[in-house]
Amino acid sequence: MLMPEPDAAILARRPQLLAGLRRLVDEAAVIADPDALRAYESDGLTAYRQPPMIAVLPKNTAEVAAVLRLCHEHGVKVVPRGAGTSLSGGALPLADGIILGLGRFNRILEMDYDNRCAVVQPGVPNLAISHAAAERGFYYAPDPSSQIACSIGGNIAENSGGVHCLKYGLTTNNVLGLEIVLMDGEILRIGGKHLDAHGYDLMGVLTGSEGLLGVVTEVTVRLLRKPETARALLAGFTSAEAGGKCVADVIAAGIIPAGMEMMDKPATRAVEEFVHAGYPLDAEALLIAELDGPEVEVDHLLERVRTIAEANGATSIRVSTSEQERLLLWAGRKAAFPAIGRISPDYYCMDGTIPRRKLPLVLQRMSEMSLRYGLGVANVFHAGDGNLHPLIMYDANKPGELHAAEAFGADILRLCVEVGGVLTGEHGVGVEKRDLMPAMFSETDLKQQMRLKCAFDPEQLLNPGKVFPTLHRCAELGAMHIHSGQLPHPELPRF
Amino acid sequence: MTSFLPSTDEDLAACVRDAVATGRKLRIKGQGSKIGWGLPVTADQEVSTAAFSGISDYEPAELVLTAGAGTSMAVIEQALAEKQQQLAFEPADWAPLWGGQAGAGTIGGVLACNLSGPRRFQAGAARDHFLGFTAVNGRGEIYKGGGRVVKNVTGYDLPKLLAGSFGTLSIMTEVTVKVLPRAEKQRTVLLFGETAAAANRSMIAAIGSTYDIGGACHLPLALAQKSQVDFVANAGAAVTALRLEGSGPSVAHRCAALRQMLGGQSEELHSMRSIAFWQEVRDVVPLRAPQERVLWRVSLPPAQGAALVAALPPDLAADWLMDWGGGLIWIAVAADKPVERIAVLRASAVALGGHATLMRATDQVRRDLGVITPAALEPLMRRVKESFDPAGLFNPGRLTAGW
Repeated sequence: MLMPEPDAAILARRPQLLAGLRRLVDEAAVIADPDALRAYESDGLTAYRQPPMIAVLPKNTAEVAAVLRLCHEHGVKVVPRGAGTSLSGGALPLADGIILGLGRFNRILEMDYDNRCAVVQPGVPNLAISHAAAERGFYYAPDPSSQIACSIGGNIAENSGGVHCLKYGLTTNNVLGLEIVLMDGEILRIGGKHLDAHGYDLMGVLTGSEGLLGVVTEVTVRLLRKPETARALLAGFTSAEAGGKCVADVIAAGIIPAGMEMMDKPATRAVEEFVHAGYPLDAEALLIAELDGPEVEVDHLLERVRTIAEANGATSIRVSTSEQERLLLWAGRKAAFPAIGRISPDYYCMDGTIPRRKLPLVLQRMSEMSLRYGLGVANVFHAGDGNLHPLIMYDANKPGELHAAEAFGADILRLCVEVGGVLTGEHGVGVEKRDLMPAMFSETDLKQQMRLKCAFDPEQLLNPGKVFPTLHRCAELGAMHIHSGQLPHPELPRF
Repeated sequence: MTSFLPSTDEDLAACVRDAVATGRKLRIKGQGSKIGWGLPVTADQEVSTAAFSGISDYEPAELVLTAGAGTSMAVIEQALAEKQQQLAFEPADWAPLWGGQAGAGTIGGVLACNLSGPRRFQAGAARDHFLGFTAVNGRGEIYKGGGRVVKNVTGYDLPKLLAGSFGTLSIMTEVTVKVLPRAEKQRTVLLFGETAAAANRSMIAAIGSTYDIGGACHLPLALAQKSQVDFVANAGAAVTALRLEGSGPSVAHRCAALRQMLGGQSEELHSMRSIAFWQEVRDVVPLRAPQERVLWRVSLPPAQGAALVAALPPDLAADWLMDWGGGLIWIAVAADKPVERIAVLRASAVALGGHATLMRATDQVRRDLGVITPAALEPLMRRVKESFDPAGLFNPGRLTAGW
């Protein structure tokens, strides 16, 4: 993975930059020691590592603005970081850039139940919001699998999903307001406790912008009342076609389950050996559907789902009759990643979305690729919305296997695009899928996106090297009317 | 003003490139059903998307529909109804607010205006269901944004930005939207004679319950009397309405439980009456006439709804309707008031943590007051505009005077 070439002049001015930063924030909030910096060298995509030049941990919005202003003046690149759980390398540092860590923004500022929202700082973990809201029977709906650790600010950056997003939406559908700081230090408030401010939907485009447009310093999220009850149904099928058809029939019958997950046989076997959830080992495809709401509704719809599963030839069906059993049925699916980790030294998790009707074709082609690359693959699948998570098994200690796994993964994602899908459903592009962007977008498509970046960060100092395969100067992209063809701030010294 | 009706992306792109070369400003329209919304646009040529028409892909089980941006809403809604599906954001039909025909409008127009109806607080706005598009930008380039599947985070979420852009960023030619099943049943619980403050509290309690409310509005007596739904019109009192949708057994259960929770006297509207009532609320029918009255649309933190109507100055002779459980207030005021009196409403909305959009007024009043709340965000919005349309060709001044 090629990152932008470190700027020797910037590296040479590291001492002056350190001194400047120490004037802006607490002494302990500027990290320069090489050993301490190693804590920031990677995120959830551990195949890539790069210690940053400096890490800074501001404690409030004014400090974030001051740090960004200083970096902006001196042309220093900035990589924002939440909890560092990104699976696409969104927080991978740059050798000549600083890491702006938001970990100290860890306070819940307000729980406002009348307006059904919570105002929180970006470093608050996703799950902490639901925990706080539980006192009144509310919760925050998006539930990425890392929700115990991942921060809400990172969720904004990545537009995180989760198993319940078919019914309850992604992060973007559950955010009401943001405070952000632009790269030049300008602080802006967007949205609030109300809906749909007129004018351009800046909040919509900031959500999922992977830290390239602004740094989030405060978030207002929507709270929902927790459903009365939830029950899960487990059904085994003799083929992916039959399982996929069952999912399509459930939706065509007008039922949107709270969650609808599928696993293939290798994934089912791995998790059953690990958690002993009682999954049928003979099933080629295993479906978990969860219904939530008032008991009468859940009972009624579960029966309908059961009938549809039977009509599609389900070889086994099990319906949870207690909360304990519901959690057990989920335990296997939720342990899929560690279960694969038990049977393979390393695994590489992919994240494409496909039109669901293409599932049998994609699985078929994937098993052909598996043979060709000589690497095993297990599939877990957010079946309701077509979001596929193939887990490619490899051994990083065997020469060439990491490279083969990456090539295999890239082939899978190209296949997703080929059948009408997309490169990433919830993990983000980051550095991981950056060079695959041309498989989905033309040069013109990408240039339009990059011009939008220029509206927020004309010097391209915020998280460069992510999302876009090629860096273009904003002037080169045709934004001459902003700079009149001049480099930004020609009067400033460059180092 | 000449009008151009391109039928291919290439023709449209060539038209825009020609406009770039000659500096011609373009007014973009679908069917023109919402042309009265926003500031008056002065342009040299009109470009219609009407020829980008027809549904090209609709897979009910995939929950997506792709159509030309100029496809009429009637066609879209018919196709969805045949499969018992719908656009869950409940796009409104507001053309009659400006004296237009009911039933007009295109899918591109609905998205460009980010329309949404009474279900907004539960199901999201148009923006939340807009998955992808093909468009021509202000450089005359054909490009695409988003995707054609319901879950996608690849690249910037450009559909969000085009939703509510009123044709000022790009001209869309094809759009993909998320579609959802239409509820099997619906019922509406009616409460009578509540004050605005009591209604605001009832609605907040209901939406905060486990009964999954998909519509919460309040009509003062004068507006309730205008309803075509007999139970509402003949109530002889202000009406608070709470909608429940879903499968039969679920709706029956939640309806009974909600009535018990709220206590007091209540009634129910079933099926057709319920549908007719919410269509009136969605389309703001009670405030359509008289056409001369100035119309505001105020979005607020929902618990502030009653505070806003309590602060309405008596001299404005205002009529109002409260939707979204208090989060949306439509206000009609007398047209003969000086603009500084009309502007009072915007100040109240901002003071309560919301914003106000001037939906209907004379050209002069709209120019004097602006249609959207002036914001600290304007410089950034202008840079965003320039990143799509550097020469300012598309719908100049429709959202903000001067650009």
